[in-house]
Amino acid sequence: MFKTVIRRAGKCAAVAAASLMMMSAQAAEPIKIGSFLSVTGPASFLGDPELKTLEMYVEKINEEGGVLGRQLELIHYDDVGNASSARNFASRLIRSDRVDIIVGGSTTGATMAAVPLIEQAQVPFISLAGAVVITNPVKKWVFKTPQTDRMAAERILTDMKDRGITKFGLISGTGGFGSSGRTQTLEVAEQMGMEVVADVTYSGSDTDMTAQLTNIRNTKGVEAVLNFGFGQGPAIVTRNYAQLGMELPFYQSHGVASDSFLDLAGSSAEGLRLPASPLLVPDSLPDDDPQKEVVQNYKAEYEARWNSKVSTFGAYAYDGLMLAVRAMEEAGSTDPEAVRDALENIKGYVGVTGVFNMSPEDHNGLDPESFRILEVQNGEWKLIN
Amino acid sequence: MLNTFMQSRLRGLVILALILIILPAFLGNPFHYELVTQMAIIAATVVGLNLLVGFAGQISLGHAGFFGLGAYFTGIATGTYGWSSVPALVVGAVVVGFIAWIVGRPILRLKGHYLSMATLAVGFIIAIILNNERALTGGPDGMPVPAFEVFGWELSAFGSYSLLGIEIEGFQAWYIFASVVLLVAVWFALNLIESPIGRALRSVHGSEVAASVVGVNTAKYKSLVFVISAIYASLMGSLYAHFQGFITPAVASFEFSILFITMVVLGGMGSTFGVILGAVVLKLLPQVLADFQELEHVMFGLILMLTMIFMPKGLLPTLTAFVSKKMRKKAGGEA
Repeated sequence: MFKTVIRRAGKCAAVAAASLMMMSAQAAEPIKIGSFLSVTGPASFLGDPELKTLEMYVEKINEEGGVLGRQLELIHYDDVGNASSARNFASRLIRSDRVDIIVGGSTTGATMAAVPLIEQAQVPFISLAGAVVITNPVKKWVFKTPQTDRMAAERILTDMKDRGITKFGLISGTGGFGSSGRTQTLEVAEQMGMEVVADVTYSGSDTDMTAQLTNIRNTKGVEAVLNFGFGQGPAIVTRNYAQLGMELPFYQSHGVASDSFLDLAGSSAEGLRLPASPLLVPDSLPDDDPQKEVVQNYKAEYEARWNSKVSTFGAYAYDGLMLAVRAMEEAGSTDPEAVRDALENIKGYVGVTGVFNMSPEDHNGLDPESFRILEVQNGEWKLIN
Repeated sequence: MLNTFMQSRLRGLVILALILIILPAFLGNPFHYELVTQMAIIAATVVGLNLLVGFAGQISLGHAGFFGLGAYFTGIATGTYGWSSVPALVVGAVVVGFIAWIVGRPILRLKGHYLSMATLAVGFIIAIILNNERALTGGPDGMPVPAFEVFGWELSAFGSYSLLGIEIEGFQAWYIFASVVLLVAVWFALNLIESPIGRALRSVHGSEVAASVVGVNTAKYKSLVFVISAIYASLMGSLYAHFQGFITPAVASFEFSILFITMVVLGGMGSTFGVILGAVVLKLLPQVLADFQELEHVMFGLILMLTMIFMPKGLLPTLTAFVSKKMRKKAGGEA
């Protein structure tokens, strides 16, 4: 049974390789970029734009002559949002497909499941997932492109402080994103001398958060409310917030920074603030902003190619791929050790998510200011700072 | 003599051992070894579940809960509290066995499929606890698990070891380890089935009323086998955690429980070797179908449907019945 499977897989690989060879005039062996993404399943809103971005830019780079004179070959698998299949596909990429670098891991769970393996196998890995645990503590072979949830918390709390708020209520989802965000918010609040006077949670399947919000409203001294969550939960919180007629300043996290959130929340979103990628407001960026051109180009190219709205998550994949390409060019080879060292020394790469300055102590390379604080005004995103 | 050997209950075990010995010749790279190692661990879990489903006729919809509990017990005890692997594994199994006993004891006094409902709930509760006790389990993002370790000797999938003067890699060592574990699991299951307990269980499966009329304490035997199958799941969960090096609450999810049950039904309820085949097929399919990314689930469903329509007894029992029918025909023709 296994034999036939191997034989069949071998045939598939041979056919794929042959067709690739024919497509490219280059005789040189392609550089293999591996990726495991949650293209289907509950996290498909992450994996789908990520895969589209990778496919489109690998094509584009190949048309422009490839990297180091070699073509790129994208090998990708769908982990369905399941951490153990993510680990298995990472293993397949490393050991069976023998890729040169991995750009992938849509969720923190999928990324962290693959990390022990990647560290042992010593392959450079650029993760597209959010939580702070991925790069803190620093792992030798692991890098990531999205800002951490800790940065989001820092950015939100700084904005609150600027408005003179020191006591706020926290409502968070119990999923991976919400609960990690909650932990980070509590830590950052303590550091910044702010007080979390109410701390309530809701589960992903809840359809009404009025009880939790009433709880916060009845807490003494609340000056603002922050919701850390993902998916449809925050939209419900936003609607309930408006229904209860709560007037306090309201903050959401970067987890809902997308146009579809505005559709879901409707007019109840009016006046709320959140930290987000500049990708949501490409045209409002000041002209001297170094990211303006990159952001506008990415948005235009993505929307022209796929005929669908661009998403922040796809931008993580864009930055991941470009960082990988830049590292290989700087290393002058695909030797894993050299590419890793080059990645660690990338300074001033202007991406869609932010300006990356990697260092041996920081494998993310972004600062909290790469988040822009946006406010919803008249149903649209408005850049605050 | 060969004939008597072939008739003995160890026949299947010897064939399985031979397959496991020959198999490495077909494994091209470390990834294949890893896949087979996982299959062996999952297969051993399913062999335990089959004791309950195939022989006692009870269905557990929460077996992944026990599997996950074993995995997390190992992860927390060895990772956070620095226990050695074996005590963690054993204590975890005892705890899980106790939980299964508490759950099973009152319910299994009743007739019918009440156990499914109870295990469904227990599985969900375990998954929710693993998801929410962030300080202990790392929450939905999971937690790392150290390598398997006995008396300071580590078995890591990445190390290299010398066994009887032969140099072997960590993933090969894990393959050997998992193969031995599977053989022991199967050997224990086969012995249990042939023991008085096994006979009592089959009588319960056949007719619970008749069994109790002839003096079989049905409640006792049903809860005993439920506890045994939960312990199987816990032990294998612990090994799985060590082998994977990282676990998330997905190991305790309802989907995973359903996967276990599907392996039993697909391979052939009540056939110890059949369910191993079921585990192999269901672990292999996602990898084989990875090339058809968009169609993966459709093909997966189609294969399951066709198997259930044309082989309602499961893969292995249908195949063996087919082969022996052919052989009988051939023998008849010659005579």
